[in-house]
Amino acid sequence: MARIKVPRKSTAMDMTAMCDVAFLLLTFFILTAKLRQEDPLHVDVPASTTVIPVPDDNVATLSVGKGKIFFGIEGTDIREALLDEMGKKYNIAFTPTEKKRFAVIPTFGVPIAQLQQYIALDEEKRKTYPQAGIPVDTTENNELTNWIYEARIVTRNLKNQELRFAIKGDAREEYPAYKKVVDVLQKQAINKFSLITSLKTQ
Amino acid sequence: MAELDTSGGGKHKGGKIRSKKASTRIDLTAMVDLAFLLITFFIMTTTLAKPKAMDMFMPDKTKKGVQLPVPETRTMTLWLGANDKIEWYIGAPGKSRPTIDNFGKDGIRKTLVEQNKKIEETHQGPDNYMIVLVKPSDKSTYKDFVNIIDEINIAGIKSYGVVDITAPEVAQLKKDGNY
Repeated sequence: MARIKVPRKSTAMDMTAMCDVAFLLLTFFILTAKLRQEDPLHVDVPASTTVIPVPDDNVATLSVGKGKIFFGIEGTDIREALLDEMGKKYNIAFTPTEKKRFAVIPTFGVPIAQLQQYIALDEEKRKTYPQAGIPVDTTENNELTNWIYEARIVTRNLKNQELRFAIKGDAREEYPAYKKVVDVLQKQAINKFSLITSLKTQ
Repeated sequence: MAELDTSGGGKHKGGKIRSKKASTRIDLTAMVDLAFLLITFFIMTTTLAKPKAMDMFMPDKTKKGVQLPVPETRTMTLWLGANDKIEWYIGAPGKSRPTIDNFGKDGIRKTLVEQNKKIEETHQGPDNYMIVLVKPSDKSTYKDFVNIIDEINIAGIKSYGVVDITAPEVAQLKKDGNY
């Protein structure tokens, strides 16, 4: 009997369409991408049913977790000017290099006395540096108050806008830690702020 | 796979020597590989779920003496205790025993909606809404606080405030084992 020969088909396919799709997706992701920034303080935010996203610019984030407070602000120009002002206030002369380096640190939590030391570290070492958090005591003139105050002035000068505040608290943190931050804000008559939460369904 | 067309390059006996006609097809497999690799990278590094912002308004501490009198019967006081427990009562403090409640669909959410409805029915308009006072104790967590504000928003409570807890209230919480 004659054997039926199965014709061998080529395994090559037309990749053009697939390539098109892949690059289309790639373009989309590149354009929408905002690189995830690593938080020095790991905060596990509570969930809520709020659907309004956190504004992208012109916002200062106060992270509260493990009994520490970290301060973060958007914008390299603002950070640079802010460090300048804080240096004047605490009589620390920051060099232009230090200001440039500080401008790329999105979030930090070191007392101002250790700030120069922290800035001098390279990026890898900063991750392991034991950051003590920004000191907040009961006095009128504590460091967090000054950071917030100067940040507001700098934002107003540079952007001509009011700085907004967002509190990013850890879910397991006890209420007094959060209260401490709110008190600092309220002392400066900031009565409106946002609480950062993740989304949950009802 | 590689589709470089090499046909048509045979020997020509005599006649004109034709230049080879190269195929326009190129192997796109490697390019697709690369594109998908990059897509994967960008998917991994982007934050897709943007954090949400819950707006909070606190009363202005600098302005004093502008408070409107509020009937006690419209006020609900909520204490946040330890272990995600809530105690609430309506009216003046000390008159009725606070009810112990917890978070969740059948817990405080139901209570808020029911009490709000009750107060709206028993009071004359237009100001017949319920006013909720949230008093978080030192033992309550930030999560409880966010949850209760969220529940208040879900229940559609028009007016609420966050107030510091007082010592007798803490004592009551302690007595109930929620501190």
